Amino acid sequence: MAVLLRPPRRSCSRITALLVRSACVLFLVVVCAASAARRDAVEGNNDTSHHPLTNSTAHKKKPFPVLSFNYDHVRKPFEISLWILLALLMKLGFHIIPTVSTVVPESCLLIFVGLLVGGIIKAIGEEAPILDSKLFFLYLLPPIILDAGYFLPIRAFTENMGTILVFAVVGTLWNAFFIGGMMYGVCQIEGAKLADVDLLSCLLFGSIISAVDPVAVLAVFEEIHINELLHILVFGESLLNDAVTVVLYHLFKEFSHAGTVTVVDAVLGVVCFLVVSLGGVLVGAIYGLLGAFTSRFTSHTRVIEPLFVFLYSYMAYLSAEVFHLSGIMSLIACGVMMRPYVEANISHKSYTTIKYFLKMWSSVSETLIFIFLGVSTVAGPHAWNWTFVVSTVVLCLVSRVLGVIGLTFIINKFRIVKLTKKDQFIVAYGGLRGAIAFSLGFLLTNSEMKQLFLTAIITVIFFTVFVQGMTIRPLVELLAVKRKKENKGSINEEIHTQFLDHLLTGIECICGHYGHHHWKDKLNRFNKAYVKKWLIAGERSTEPQLISFYNKMEMKQAMMLVESGSAAKLPTIVSSVSMQNIQPRGPARRRAIPSISKSREEEIRKILRNNLQKTRQRLRSYSRHDLMLDPFEDLSEVRFRKQRVEMERRMSHYLTVPANRQETPQVRKVCFEPEHQVYTYDDS
Amino acid sequence: MGALQSLPGQPQYADLAEKTGFSYDQIGVLHKRFNQLSHNEETLRRDHFNDIPDLACNPIRSQIIEAFFDRRNFRQNGEGTVDEIGFEQFLVVMSHFKPPSLHITDDQREKIRKEKLRFIFNMHDTDNDGTITLEEYRHVVEELLSLSETLEKNTAKSIADAAMLEVASISMGHMEPDEFYEGITFEHFLKLLAEFEIESRMNIRFLKMDTTTLCK
Repeated sequence: MAVLLRPPRRSCSRITALLVRSACVLFLVVVCAASAARRDAVEGNNDTSHHPLTNSTAHKKKPFPVLSFNYDHVRKPFEISLWILLALLMKLGFHIIPTVSTVVPESCLLIFVGLLVGGIIKAIGEEAPILDSKLFFLYLLPPIILDAGYFLPIRAFTENMGTILVFAVVGTLWNAFFIGGMMYGVCQIEGAKLADVDLLSCLLFGSIISAVDPVAVLAVFEEIHINELLHILVFGESLLNDAVTVVLYHLFKEFSHAGTVTVVDAVLGVVCFLVVSLGGVLVGAIYGLLGAFTSRFTSHTRVIEPLFVFLYSYMAYLSAEVFHLSGIMSLIACGVMMRPYVEANISHKSYTTIKYFLKMWSSVSETLIFIFLGVSTVAGPHAWNWTFVVSTVVLCLVSRVLGVIGLTFIINKFRIVKLTKKDQFIVAYGGLRGAIAFSLGFLLTNSEMKQLFLTAIITVIFFTVFVQGMTIRPLVELLAVKRKKENKGSINEEIHTQFLDHLLTGIECICGHYGHHHWKDKLNRFNKAYVKKWLIAGERSTEPQLISFYNKMEMKQAMMLVESGSAAKLPTIVSSVSMQNIQPRGPARRRAIPSISKSREEEIRKILRNNLQKTRQRLRSYSRHDLMLDPFEDLSEVRFRKQRVEMERRMSHYLTVPANRQETPQVRKVCFEPEHQVYTYDDS
Repeated sequence: MGALQSLPGQPQYADLAEKTGFSYDQIGVLHKRFNQLSHNEETLRRDHFNDIPDLACNPIRSQIIEAFFDRRNFRQNGEGTVDEIGFEQFLVVMSHFKPPSLHITDDQREKIRKEKLRFIFNMHDTDNDGTITLEEYRHVVEELLSLSETLEKNTAKSIADAAMLEVASISMGHMEPDEFYEGITFEHFLKLLAEFEIESRMNIRFLKMDTTTLCK
């Protein structure tokens, strides 16, 4: 971003003008291509691309076509690619114009673009593509959920699991029944022309609209950087309420055909809920373990490691969907289960690949979902009914607020860290609805009520995304809600986190209380003793967490130093404290300080820099089938490089080489030529 | 053992309740546990703690036990260690793990924070000199990693060294090459763990303790 801001304003506006122009050109191309293809399909249906030779006896012989136009052949992939390209260009455009993206969240802008595109397509008279439910649930939703699940902060999630479950299950049930019931009451009002909407349809509608949507929540909350507790509460709730939504939806859909609900059905509904949620988690966990086990053997085929992660997770999602279990929970369980073991097994490059591919796919999916939402709004047939729509919006807000307040009152009795009024407000305000509600509504079959419901659903989505999405950032600042703290990766905090865990487990033992920490400790020990041996390759299976954390940190620091070193500038020093300052001083020794001439120092510096640059060049060439031995795989290499760069830095500032360094791993030595050295003795 | 009634000696409990902030129920439950651990004697000794089997697999067991016998944790500004403790000292040490109540002022919260961090500081500073030296910190890390079988001596040392370096960088900022960083004082410790939120993490739920399901 810094690079883009440097050119003067004129060229910035030129770039945006260029982008806008190219976007318009793309629009026209899409539209023309679409209409041309349609015309082709309608008229030239019988024309195949090659004439059968037997027909040509009576024809005049046509000259050999040098250039021919055959759009049908590539139509589908062409249109898909064009849509995705358009969506991404729009996203690019928003970020180049800095003022807009700070005020309006990206999701709003994308829906707006979708509205524009839909409007244009409709104006031309073509049929706009609608957010097909199959497309949404099978292709667009999984990447977002996998991205969320794989990078879920486990500690925060498990600590607040009780709260999250209460919000997800009880909260969603309350929403569904409250909205459904009140809407039925509204429909009974004379003069609203809604008399034919019966109770079960209302309850079905309530169950569709009640669920908080993970896509919308992610899109908005990502940009406001709120503190971890609130983020995990709202986001966890949006993920876990999928099971409730699935059960309620199928339940009411079945019964709106049958017409009545008995007690047996209600009991079966509860059983179904347990099966759907626990079954989903089980399916996900099984696939997760399979994925972890597979990753144990991939040390010789590093290139395909990321694919295993993606495919096992996708299979978990699809398998759960086969049995009508909760696909979202299955995907989350798979990601969570797989991650610690896979990360211990795969190479650093694969880890980066997984991270970036997931982010990329989920970003594309999110963009497409919002644009399609906008297009479908313009395209679909609507049945606007003021009473219905307005009361839906109002009831959604009211039920959300009441639900959160009521549930927090109960939950706070069991929490150590209570939820304050500010927290409750953010949780209530962050209950956004999104594309899942739309797709579920789209799957309904009854055409009249479907249009009515869809209109209301779209209005609620627009209201929550636009109004709540845009105002949540200023509100967060106004209420001074705690923001996400910078994750510095401090080793002291890690040491003390572990220390505290063991301390609290010990105190629980002394108290005689089998609490939270006791069971966590037991799980960890089980994990270490049995599971890790099976799922992690080689020696890393017995590596304690503190050591892996420390190694990760070292690697990060070393990579940072190497990267900044190769940019031909010495790394800036944050503090001048170094190892000498903390080593206990031995008896005063005469330290031999070799004083090096300036030219020699320059030579040494050049040697070091060249070696570092050579590393970079080595990394650039690789074949598709095997990667060259990754220099960062070997941790001692890493440490050595880090120490070389540190030595370089120290030389430029102190001009002394510390005499008693016992920690340097003696991998390779830089040779000083003895004839250029002059020793001076330091008698301090 | 089951002869403990529900209202034994209320006056002495009132005194303890005021000192430590526990409720009468909690004190009653803890008293039961104290009697169980000490086999109905008046005082607890170190070998009573060593008898708890579940505690044996805890890597920092010895430091936890020492904390109970450390006079600095008795809130009487004492120093040094004792060999046996009564129920009152047991309760005082336990009170460091009480969750803070909901409606407290910022000052009280700060006080509670300092108290809990002081407890941990005392656990690290084994020689009572007010600073955690490099040796003591190395010992802490070694204990934490003592349960893993494949441990290189150097790894624990380098982790502790890196941690110490971080503390020095945060607290001192700029140091000349021949200056020596003595050790972590309590102020530096506070600064180091400023974002650790210890007041919400260092807590045991005393509410739902059921003494019948005790680890032996």
